[in-house]
Amino acid sequence: MSIIVSTPAPGGRNTFFRRMLKRKAVTFGVTVLVIFVLLAVFAPLIAPYAPNKLSIVNRLKPPSMTWWFGTDEFGRDVLSRTLYAGRLSLLVGAAVLVLSSLVGVTLGLLAGFFPKLDTPIARLIDAMMAFPDILLAIALVAALGPSLTTVIVALSVVYAPRLARVVRASTLVIRELPYVEAARALGISTPNIMKRHVLRNLLSPILVQGTFVFAHAMLAEAGLSFLGLGVSPEIPTWGTMIAAGRQYIGQADWMTLFPGIAIVLSVLSLQMVGDGLRDLLDPRLRKDL
Amino acid sequence: MLRYILNRFFGMVVVMFLVVTIVFVIVRVTPGDPAAVMLGPEATQQDIADLRGRLGLDRSLGVQYVYYIGQLLRGDLGQSIFLNQPVATALADRAEPTFFLTLFSILIASVIALPIGIYSAYRRGSLVDQLATALAMLAASIPSFWLGLILMQIFSVRFGLFPVSGYGGPGSTFSDRMYHLTLPAIALGVVSSALILRFTRASMLDVLGDDYVRTARAKGLGERSVVLKHALKNALIPILTVVGLTAAVLISGAVVTETVFGLPGVGNLVVSAVLRRDYPVIQGALLVIAALYVLINFAIDMLYLLIDPRVRY
Repeated sequence: MSIIVSTPAPGGRNTFFRRMLKRKAVTFGVTVLVIFVLLAVFAPLIAPYAPNKLSIVNRLKPPSMTWWFGTDEFGRDVLSRTLYAGRLSLLVGAAVLVLSSLVGVTLGLLAGFFPKLDTPIARLIDAMMAFPDILLAIALVAALGPSLTTVIVALSVVYAPRLARVVRASTLVIRELPYVEAARALGISTPNIMKRHVLRNLLSPILVQGTFVFAHAMLAEAGLSFLGLGVSPEIPTWGTMIAAGRQYIGQADWMTLFPGIAIVLSVLSLQMVGDGLRDLLDPRLRKDL
Repeated sequence: MLRYILNRFFGMVVVMFLVVTIVFVIVRVTPGDPAAVMLGPEATQQDIADLRGRLGLDRSLGVQYVYYIGQLLRGDLGQSIFLNQPVATALADRAEPTFFLTLFSILIASVIALPIGIYSAYRRGSLVDQLATALAMLAASIPSFWLGLILMQIFSVRFGLFPVSGYGGPGSTFSDRMYHLTLPAIALGVVSSALILRFTRASMLDVLGDDYVRTARAKGLGERSVVLKHALKNALIPILTVVGLTAAVLISGAVVTETVFGLPGVGNLVVSAVLRRDYPVIQGALLVIAALYVLINFAIDMLYLLIDPRVRY
């Protein structure tokens, strides 16, 4: 695994964003992501119907001008539900990102900075990473009981070690850099060195890994909801929608198709942004070199 | 070298011990009484007390932990509450579909990823390379269960080429069972080919710039021989590592895919155990799969030792 240590872009933030957007894949990723966030935020204004509005006479209608994405088994509009589902799927991704970063960065920083803590934390990270992500999440949800909060907590527990590992590796490198030594020689306290000198330079690897955690958390949430182990089946998430559509394969394929495309596009855009960030922040990985 | 092996072995034992501890803790974080949760709202106080006794939950946490470790050391994974059989037997009974699904998926993923990855690296920056990189990213963004459903819609429901679900009847032949695994294996294989493709491309790029490749070219060897014999042989170690680790990751993908296709594998067992709150089964499956992952990792490290003389320090 490569270790990325912050490489400040010459010319500041503007140049950095310009360089980012020069890459077609990144531009595509950012655009799709922004569109998805806007659609989720403004879902109540955009959605043509209420997501839970039942209309039994209109059940399982194929896509048409009236129902762009068709209707489901209760006559609910699939487009409106897909839009509302995006809110929850993105919320889960974002919440997992924040929570797992808090835990992961703290653990990684402590392990990387204090040699005494390194071995126990590193071993714990190894052990946690031995569990396949969705399986560990399933076990945690089973123990805590399925709910939105549980899904977020379970996925944060799953992804925190992945962030911790990257942060630890980068901290081990940064700790030995001359400016940290200089700060120490100047008598700056350890917490201050960690906060001002180390943490700031860890932003790049956290950002890169964070986008992947976001993407994986969305995929895992969809998987959990699909299995009926995530949020309640009545709440529209892309996973629960696909699970409901599964009963109507060959009869109402649109019920699985559209929420699936939404998952693929949002995860793809996140991966593209993450990839672009990694390439830019780690010159060794740049494809154009 | 012996020191290295011992070091790695000791590390593995520590990680294994932590894995066991994590699995033990997960079931104990259940809010309230795990026995009451397992039995559901209709259980009587007597039922709950009986189960608590059977699971050893009436003893202190420390005693439970020591008892659990002792049980594991004897190879006992506990007793399933609903299946009325030992967890180890339940897992063994359902291992076949999961094993072959994983194997089949790895094969498909490798058949897709290896040639494309090698060619991509060889023609770096070309249209094929860009297309392959983009497709790999797309494949990594597809949930395997959704791809499975789409494949099922097209190939099973519309064209009737493959069975919609199941693993063949009780007396079905091996080829019939493999036939049932085709679609799920394609779904999982396509999704996991992304990682292998990216690794193959990266490690081929690493070696294609090396001196011995230039020497091979300077000797006047044909491009095919340079790429496939000289470069690929050296790029193979990281590729094999990632193929091995993908196998471990695939087990997790299999959990959801098995449910989609109604395959009676370990994944399906875990999902139904969760729905029935059969904690010993969840615990056992989690432990066995994590232990497999740790063992595969250790085996790969040991393989390195055999294949690559540079690791023998």
